[in-house]
Amino acid sequence: MLIQHPADIRPSEITPAEVYRGRREFIRAAGGLALAAGLGARVGEVAAAKLTGSRPGPFGTREEMTPWKDVTGYNNFYEFGSDKEDPARHAGSLRPRPWTVRVEGLVRRPGDYDIDTLLGLAPLEDRIYRMRCVEGWSMVIPWVGYPLDALIRRVEPLGSARYLEFTTLNDRAQMPGLRYPLLDWPYTEGLRLDEARHPLTLLAVGLYGETLPNQNGAPVRIVVPWKYGFKSAKSIVSIRFVEKQPLSAWMKAAPREYGFYSNVNPEVDHARWSQAKERRIGEFFKRKTLMYNGYGEQVARMYSNLDLRRYF
Amino acid sequence: MSSRHFQWLKASLFLLCLGPLASLIYGVLTDSLGANPIEALTRGLGDWALRFLLITLAVTPLRRLAGLDWLLRLRRMLGLFAFFYACLHFTSYLWLDQFFDWAEIGKDIVKRPFISIGFASFLLLIPLAITSNNAMIRRLGGRRWRQLHRVVYAIAMFAVLHYWWMVKQDITQPVLYAVALAGLLGVRLYWAIPRAGAVREM
Repeated sequence: MLIQHPADIRPSEITPAEVYRGRREFIRAAGGLALAAGLGARVGEVAAAKLTGSRPGPFGTREEMTPWKDVTGYNNFYEFGSDKEDPARHAGSLRPRPWTVRVEGLVRRPGDYDIDTLLGLAPLEDRIYRMRCVEGWSMVIPWVGYPLDALIRRVEPLGSARYLEFTTLNDRAQMPGLRYPLLDWPYTEGLRLDEARHPLTLLAVGLYGETLPNQNGAPVRIVVPWKYGFKSAKSIVSIRFVEKQPLSAWMKAAPREYGFYSNVNPEVDHARWSQAKERRIGEFFKRKTLMYNGYGEQVARMYSNLDLRRYF
Repeated sequence: MSSRHFQWLKASLFLLCLGPLASLIYGVLTDSLGANPIEALTRGLGDWALRFLLITLAVTPLRRLAGLDWLLRLRRMLGLFAFFYACLHFTSYLWLDQFFDWAEIGKDIVKRPFISIGFASFLLLIPLAITSNNAMIRRLGGRRWRQLHRVVYAIAMFAVLHYWWMVKQDITQPVLYAVALAGLLGVRLYWAIPRAGAVREM
């Protein structure tokens, strides 16, 4: 006997991704509002909110973007544990609001910046950047943010300011990984002033059009796409302008392996593994790593006088 | 234990030892190994090679402490499973990770201590696997065969170092393996020391 199977689902019946995501958005927002109403909390505490009004920014790559689930599910954020899946599992305890970033050190106008003030400081841009991890994998991530320089101009660095030091939140109640002395907490990173002012360097507040998920460095982080991923400090609470080159958490942990610059460079290997190739998440074959992660045209001249083997 | 029971036990253990492989294959087929499945697969296979090495090394102490003599008859199979998972781990590195880029592989083996020592550990396993049948034991003679197979102590130490030197910062896992191995080798050392009292007790 022939059993008639019902016809397959017609393409017209499949919900388009935008609508489907929109639906989830609506449900999430509604849930958030209900929760906010119930607990008397602020609406701002909704887990991931749509960031409206961002417009396409420069330097975007047209490479295929890494799926949202991998960008938000495969992270290095040791404050939540050292496994790649740990941040997605444990970052729920981070409270990205209220949040203040202290800007201090060698600037004319130091101050505390509330996250909402920061969000309104400059027009938000969509920037699709490559991200190369020092471990040999990479992603393509659509960030939302604006050039860090917009903030730097506002606080007016003194002539003596030559470097910036970024500090990540250091609160055990919110970050369970801080109980383990994997690094000398708090996490700190640094940039030279000209690197920080480079138009590629972002103060990022979102990805995929939404506010940053906690595991990606909510509510505000740095993105420096021509350097290995760890240079882009997450969940920052302070930006200090200094005269001397700051010592980053990774430089303290393993000075032979992690230098201050950490520019992506296929010619200079990590002390323990090759940097010649990388695996783009989602791809089978490894691809060749590009000098400065493919941003050489924009950034190479900043390092024309630098011995890249010595200053790795 | 009757020989029939033992055959059943051995067959069940054989299937059990294939479990980790089955679970990894299932992970590949259902795309549930996370964002970087090739890394997860390679590391998973390496984990099991190391675990089977330690399980094999646990046979003698367990047999002696618990008086379970039949355990010894499972040791060869466990050791061969260590070799089996090491082969798969190595293949996964050559094929999936490096895709037979021999220049890169050569550089890895020569320049990167964690790969050099992992490779050494794998090479040393080969003569042990080849000489693991009865005919080879007879050919070599029990004494020489035992001497050769003591190489497994070095192999296990190399394997733990391979893991230790690979991890970026969090050495918790390799330390746990190192402690387990230290225990397994330490108890052998302890038993090897001749003691004055031991003679009287006997």
